[in-house]
Amino acid sequence: MDAANLEQLNAARRARKAVILVTNLEHGTDRVIVEGGPVDSALSDTVAAAFRSGKSGICEIDGGRYFLNVHRPPAHIVIIGAVHISQVLAQMAALAGFDVHIIDPRTAFATPERFAGIDLTADWPADVLKDRPLDSYTAVVAVTHDPKIDDLPIAEALRKGCFYVGALGSRKTHVSRLERLKKEGLSEGELSRIKGPIGLDIGASSPAEIAVAILAQIIQSLRSRDVASPKGDKA
Amino acid sequence: MSETSFGLDPLMTAEEWMKSGRNVAIATVIETWGSAPRPVGSHLVIDDDGNFEGSVSGGCVEGAVIAEAMDVIGDGKARMLEFGVADETAWRVGLSCGGRIRVFVERLT
Repeated sequence: MDAANLEQLNAARRARKAVILVTNLEHGTDRVIVEGGPVDSALSDTVAAAFRSGKSGICEIDGGRYFLNVHRPPAHIVIIGAVHISQVLAQMAALAGFDVHIIDPRTAFATPERFAGIDLTADWPADVLKDRPLDSYTAVVAVTHDPKIDDLPIAEALRKGCFYVGALGSRKTHVSRLERLKKEGLSEGELSRIKGPIGLDIGASSPAEIAVAILAQIIQSLRSRDVASPKGDKA
Repeated sequence: MSETSFGLDPLMTAEEWMKSGRNVAIATVIETWGSAPRPVGSHLVIDDDGNFEGSVSGGCVEGAVIAEAMDVIGDGKARMLEFGVADETAWRVGLSCGGRIRVFVERLT
């Protein structure tokens, strides 16, 4: 591998860009293709398909054998609410390899003491998401129980095609949430993507058990989404 | 970007090693058949002291890949390796899971 290509590849990955390293298996030469960047016409269809599917593999083009290694951004979990569940979920999610960011405007909850070592922002989601927009490689978990805080990021997550959108609350509060979001202009199809009540149904009771149920559901959504759909919104 | 997702990332490690002046080989799983422990695209990176990060199998064939990687660092020639239960005559090591994998080993230059 070419050293400059390794640096370019890693820089794109750090910037959460999808990127493919193409290696010519006969000559050992390689090059980096960043999603949206220029591609030779001979490779364009193969490269586009690889970005969509996220699958790495060997392909033969014009008699040459190439290995395409596809790197898509690591999944990211944005948690709305610096509550007890979030304290445990943040630690578990980090162990499972997710980046975690917690947002809560309530400074009594969002304290560094309660979330040591966790990326935490004590501000309103509307302001935070302007600087750090959601994307299709992000899961949003809304757990404040407060519509003033939860509703906006849930709507934003649905519009941006986040691969997972979960909201804490009973069936009853979920019905009223759906009514409010419908008034915000979200379609039935979009609203049906919200996981509520949140988490896989494993009878979770304690905050840690609920965190397990949520994390398992996030992994299920991540691994079962329709790879042919760039936003994963058919999962 | 937090350290979480890239903390033990072999390609990030390879870049660090390279920048600190070490010679580095990169092994990549490029094909798998049957039940393979690590997916296509997985990396193992090795330096010239035999330090390594990442994996190309669940630990079954790493030793052999590291040995080959030392030769790749030595002569600069990339190699294609194949491991699997079907290849017991060619390789003393194999994959107990019953799958087969092909691994491309190259030097970082």
